[in-house]
Amino acid sequence: MVHKAGAGHPGGSLSAIDLMVGLYGTQMRIRVDEPDWPNRDRFIMSKGHASPAVYSLLHELGFLTKADLDGFRTLGSVCQGHVDMRWTDGVDFSAGSLGMGLSFGLGCSLAASMDGSDRNTWVMIGDGETQEGQVWEALMAASYHQVGNLKLIVDRNRIQNDDFVGIQMEIGDVASKINSFGWAVREIDGHDMQAIVEALAWAESHDSGPAAIVAHTVKGKGVSFMEDNPSFHGKAPNDDELARALEELS
Amino acid sequence: MSAPSTGGASRDGYGTGLLRIAHDPRVVVLEADLGKSTKSCHFRDKYPDRTISLGIAEQNMMLVAAGLASCGKIPFASTFAIFTERAFEQIRNGIARPELNVHICGSHGGIHTGTDGSSAQSIEDLALYRTIPGMTVLHPCDDLSTAELTVQLLEHNQPSYTRTARNKTPRLYDEESSRSLKIGKGSILRDGDDVAIIACGVMVYKAMKVADILQADGISTTVIDMHTIKPLDTELVSDLARRCNGIVTVEDHSVIGGLGSAVASHLSTTNPTRIKMLGVDDRFGESGGSEELLELMSLDISDIEAACRELL
Repeated sequence: MVHKAGAGHPGGSLSAIDLMVGLYGTQMRIRVDEPDWPNRDRFIMSKGHASPAVYSLLHELGFLTKADLDGFRTLGSVCQGHVDMRWTDGVDFSAGSLGMGLSFGLGCSLAASMDGSDRNTWVMIGDGETQEGQVWEALMAASYHQVGNLKLIVDRNRIQNDDFVGIQMEIGDVASKINSFGWAVREIDGHDMQAIVEALAWAESHDSGPAAIVAHTVKGKGVSFMEDNPSFHGKAPNDDELARALEELS
Repeated sequence: MSAPSTGGASRDGYGTGLLRIAHDPRVVVLEADLGKSTKSCHFRDKYPDRTISLGIAEQNMMLVAAGLASCGKIPFASTFAIFTERAFEQIRNGIARPELNVHICGSHGGIHTGTDGSSAQSIEDLALYRTIPGMTVLHPCDDLSTAELTVQLLEHNQPSYTRTARNKTPRLYDEESSRSLKIGKGSILRDGDDVAIIACGVMVYKAMKVADILQADGISTTVIDMHTIKPLDTELVSDLARRCNGIVTVEDHSVIGGLGSAVASHLSTTNPTRIKMLGVDDRFGESGGSEELLELMSLDISDIEAACRELL
C-alpha cells in the first residue's frame, strides 16, 4: 500500500499493528454491517499517519476492499493519507494533526457516560506525540472527570519524524508521568501478544478511572532494515525494499 | 456567580439562549474557566450534569466538544473570543474538517472589551473563522438577538462560531422582533435609498444613530444588522448596491478579513460599488473605555456619518 502510493508511514504502522490486532481481536465491539452503530466501542487513532495499519486491519475486518487499499493516498480514495472519519467506514476520528485524539476520546467517553452506555473508548497515541501540550491537558481532564470508560495506549517506539525521541525531545518515564496525572498505568512489551491481551483486559476492567497501557514497541517491527530506523518513519520502501520486507514478514 | 447583567450585552443573550434550548438533552455546555464571563454559568446552575468544566485548556475543550458531537451531542463551548483563537487549528482540523456539529462562542470580542487591553481584544476572530470551509460565523448586536440566534443553532447541524460582546449596548430588538431573525439573512433595521450602512455587533446601534442624524438632513439611510458574517446574505448586499449610492461597512474588528472584506469581495466581483470600510485599522488596541477606544479607532458616530456623506 505504502509502496504503491510512494508515500506513507511504514515504521509507526508496524510498531502499532500488534496492539491493534489484540484490541480488535479481543475487545472492540463493532458491527461491520453497521459502521455507525451508536453503541459501538470507539477506536481513536490519534497518530493518524499510522493509517496503513488501520486500513490493513479494516480490510481484514471487512470494512475495506483490496481495491480500497490500492487507492491509498490517491484522489477520491476512501483511504486518505491520514485516517479520516468522513472518508472511511470503521474510522471514528479525523486525525493527522498530533495531540488531539485523546481529547476527542474524552469527549466520546463523556458522551457514553451521559447516555448510560457501557461502550468504551480506546485511544492510541505515539510517544513523540506526548510532546504536544494538549495531550497533558487531556490527561489531566480525564483524570479529573474520572472517566472509567476511557483507555489509552501509548505506542512507545522511541522514534519520531526527524530522529529518535531521545534526541528530538526526550519524554523520559512517560508511564510515571501519566500515572502522576491520576491514571492507572501498565507497561508492557507491545509485541508480546499474550501481554497485550492481558493488559487490554486489565484496562477494560479498570472502571474507577482512566487507564493507560504504555507499550514498548519497535518502530518498523518485523522488517530488519526498518527496525529502529528513523528514516522509515515517513518513507515508502522502493521495489527492492518491498520485496525484502514482504519476504521477512511472511 | 456574578449577577447577570440586565439586558443589553450580547453575552447575556448567549446565556439566555442556552437556557431556552436546555430542554433538548443533546445540548451539552463546555467551559474553560470563563463561564461567569461568557454567561454559560446560568446553564451550569440549572444543568450541572450537562456542563463540563475543562479548566484553562481551550485546545482540549475544542476536541472534547468534537468527540461529544461525534456521539450525537450538541456541544456549546465558550471562552473569550481571543482564547478561541489559541485553538484555531483544533477548530479547523478537529471540528470543521469532520463537519462536527459544535457551536463555539467567543465572548468579549473587539476593542469594545475595553480596559483589559489589547491582549483581550480579539479583532481578527471573524476573519479567522470565515476562512474555514463550512463554518457559520455570527456576530449579533444585542442580547435578545443573540439569544434567538443561539436557539436556532440547535437545528443548525454544522459548526459555528458566535462572537459576543462584553459590554452593554442599547437593545435594537424586542422579544417579538428578535424571533423573526434568521441565520444567514441580514436584518433590515431601517430602510432608505440614499446610502446603506451594513454593520455588526456593537456598531449596529451607532449606525442607527447615524441614520437619525442623516434623516434630519433629508438623507434616507438603510441600516443592516448583518449578524451572520458567513454565509453572507449576498442577495441583500447586491440589492443594496443596486439601489443606494454607496455602502458603508462598520465593524469592531480588523478591516482585514471581516464583514467589510466579505461585502467588498462579493460586490467587487458581481456589482462594483462605492464602499467605505470602517473597522480597526491594521493595529492593536490598548486599555481604555469602550467609547474612548472606538473614538481612537475612528469608529465613532461622527466617523460613520462622514463616511456616509462622502458617498452621497
